[in-house]
Amino acid sequence: MTRSTININTTKEDHHIAKLTAIAIGLHVIEAMFPSPLPGIKPGIANIITLYVLMQYGFGTAAWVSLLRVFASSLLLGHFLSPTFILSLSGALLSLVMLFFAQHLPTKHFSVITLSILAAFAHIAGQLIIVRIWLIPHAGVAYLVPIFALAALFFGVINGLITQRLISSPLKN
Amino acid sequence: MTNATTNIKPLFGDWLVIIASLITIVFLFQQLWTNAPASQLQIRQGNKVMGTYDLNQSRDLHIHGALGQSHISVAQGKVRFKQSPCTNQYCVHQGWLSRAGQVAICLPNQISLQLIGEDKPYDSLNY
Repeated sequence: MTRSTININTTKEDHHIAKLTAIAIGLHVIEAMFPSPLPGIKPGIANIITLYVLMQYGFGTAAWVSLLRVFASSLLLGHFLSPTFILSLSGALLSLVMLFFAQHLPTKHFSVITLSILAAFAHIAGQLIIVRIWLIPHAGVAYLVPIFALAALFFGVINGLITQRLISSPLKN
Repeated sequence: MTNATTNIKPLFGDWLVIIASLITIVFLFQQLWTNAPASQLQIRQGNKVMGTYDLNQSRDLHIHGALGQSHISVAQGKVRFKQSPCTNQYCVHQGWLSRAGQVAICLPNQISLQLIGEDKPYDSLNY
């Protein structure tokens, strides 16, 4: 075996990001294999990792993990640059914007469950905006908003609870 | 680690967020899934209201927008963009609107139609 000539200097943080992103990609791909009763409604279990990373390592790492996960999963699933990928990216970006602001909420009263719900709402908002202006430019898209919002709340709470549980017994690195 | 199972309960603020979300969702269902027939049509050009018209008539309206004249046709309870000078023609393809709260917007020509329902929605209730 020839010795690799490419030498990338990696920090400990890079390894952290890579490990956590790998878990997130795994969850994303697993979720993609399950059929959904309604197109577009998915639990978004990979977001558990984003939230976990946000709580344990801070916003910067969470943003890296979330965006790397979107790019890498789309390459694995063959969605890169397709509408699916754009929807995934817009959802992830708006979630991150929401989390950037929501992370400053007082932790005494607001746990990661709140962050999860807000991120889930931001996620569907990001996706529905793209759907409305690009994929289905029709006012009828508004009829879907309550259904997606309900799903976001439901899965937001569940993902939040799972993340809360993970934080109280952290993963070993 | 001793209280690993006790601190996964939602906090006070979490409950507030959940309740506020539920109320918002119920409100969204009410607002967006209403099937009340509309009675009036409001036409806007840019950000100013060009006029409010009764829907129960047959009438053609010609409104000047940023690009030119939009041809709007009202036909006994429904309305549509019949002709528009815009290139994408999304407004025309949207077809007839008849329910309260429905909106058709022609962004290129900066004209929007909005349907307004009855002020007294209880008129159609009976026991």
